[in-house]
Amino acid sequence: MQVEQISVFLENKSGRLSEVTGILAEAGVNIQALALADTSDFGVLRLIVDDNEKAANALKDNGLTVGRTEVVAVEVEDRPGGLHRLLEILKDTDINVEYMYAYVHHTGKHAVMIFRFDNSEAAIKVLTANGVSIITRERLYAI
Amino acid sequence: MIYNMEYETMPREALEAIQLRRLQATVERVYANVAFYREKFKEAGISPTDIRTLDDLRRLPYTTKQDLRDNYPYGMFAVPMDHVVRIHASSGTTGQPTVVGYTARDIQTWAQLMARALMAGGANRGDIIHNAYGYGLFTGGLGVHYGAELLGVSVIPVSGGNTRRQVMIMKDFGPTIITATPSYSLHLAEVCEEMGVSFKDLKFKFGIFGAEPWSETMRGEIERKLNLTAVDIYGLSEVMGPGVAIECKEAKNGLHIFEDHFIPEIVDPATLEPLPYGSVGELVFTTITKEAFPVVRYRTRDICSLNPEPCICGRTHLRMSRVTGRSDDMLIIRGVNVFPSQIESVLIDTEGVTPHYQLVVDREGALDVLTVKVEIGEQLFSDEVKKLQATEKRISKNIKELLGVTAKVRLVEPKAIARSEGKAQRVVDNRKL
Repeated sequence: MQVEQISVFLENKSGRLSEVTGILAEAGVNIQALALADTSDFGVLRLIVDDNEKAANALKDNGLTVGRTEVVAVEVEDRPGGLHRLLEILKDTDINVEYMYAYVHHTGKHAVMIFRFDNSEAAIKVLTANGVSIITRERLYAI
Repeated sequence: MIYNMEYETMPREALEAIQLRRLQATVERVYANVAFYREKFKEAGISPTDIRTLDDLRRLPYTTKQDLRDNYPYGMFAVPMDHVVRIHASSGTTGQPTVVGYTARDIQTWAQLMARALMAGGANRGDIIHNAYGYGLFTGGLGVHYGAELLGVSVIPVSGGNTRRQVMIMKDFGPTIITATPSYSLHLAEVCEEMGVSFKDLKFKFGIFGAEPWSETMRGEIERKLNLTAVDIYGLSEVMGPGVAIECKEAKNGLHIFEDHFIPEIVDPATLEPLPYGSVGELVFTTITKEAFPVVRYRTRDICSLNPEPCICGRTHLRMSRVTGRSDDMLIIRGVNVFPSQIESVLIDTEGVTPHYQLVVDREGALDVLTVKVEIGEQLFSDEVKKLQATEKRISKNIKELLGVTAKVRLVEPKAIARSEGKAQRVVDNRKL
């Protein structure tokens, strides 16, 4: 049920992000979602791409440190309160959202959010039980 | 097995009596025969008769590598050239070479000490030594060679290089002991593997490795790959060559310094104050039997500590720890001495990896600020910023606890630290003092 995300360590330097997008463009990798977390010294770029293998290799070949993490792609109703309803479900559990970001494409009338939970298995269980649909890797790439 | 039971296991009191007698003779000799020492002693207001106890050694001035260079080539020799039977020289990679000389008796002493060292490392009659230290101006090859012959073991003077032929010799001649630099031994292991030769099928029992700093991790790797017991040997041409100190195969925990020939001291590299046993500092040697090239309080620049604890092997001579760095690399941060090697061991202890790192020192106002840059590898990396920040904090906390110095730790991208010839530049000091 989980989706693989690629993360890259970047120092806070101007032009660094465009170098990464350049490497991926050169490798013919399509970026489907992206989020950047940063501190004053460094940042972590998280990516959902169409070809993890190709992307990770291209980045490593260019001397970058690459991590791979399982994250959860969740369908969120694309209307006011959509995300709120979802987070309400998790509020009373001991599941924490480490971070989240939006997916570029829609599934009809739903938006897709990428979630990094501290306990993905538990989160998937709770959300599914509450009628939220989790998007599989196959379906995500087909959107 | 102990080669010279009488001297190597001598009670400390008797050993110190011999040291004092030999020290007094050495000081008299250099004062009479070497202008450099005579002038230095006079400047310090010391004459040879002032040396009445071993503690008086501390009143004598230090000798540095630069002093040896200033007296290039023969200015430090204490005998006329017609008494010198051998000349060696350091490679001079860090400046002008240093030339050292030996009388016939010096060569005998050296052979005797190398025989002791080889036996401490496991060699005995009937063994065959594959001596892969370079023969030539470098003291390694010939030092081992003479010791081996004196001990009565067979020696194959294979020297360095032509590794494939070395593998053939190891296979066909059946050597049981290898003497080499640690890095070359690992190279040998690689070439063996390429050639389809397994160390398991060779006859090696022991290896005696030195002439460059190495770590316990490397010992494990060498013992595994070469299928033998590895011990550490220490020496430098300015003091004699290999065989100044040797690890015994029984304890494999520190190198016995042959104290009936050399007096070691550990000093603070910044203040030059002598430090007590157990403290980490710069190793200083005074030779007390050398004829052609005696040195008085020679600063080796090697960083280690001295251990006076009795050893299970029965030797009474002090043990020096592995050399962990060079005093040239030492930084003084707000009055605290910091060696890059200490930061490195904190990194290994904290994260279990040896990342590339760099120490950057700046002066902000009147304060020194130390930043430790650590290249991030896959082991340290996380997709969560807070975990990365926790890593930085954890390293910083351990540096503070273990070294007593405040450091800001910054994770940087791989290859962010400049390298010259594959070696990372460990220290950048931006202070303008």
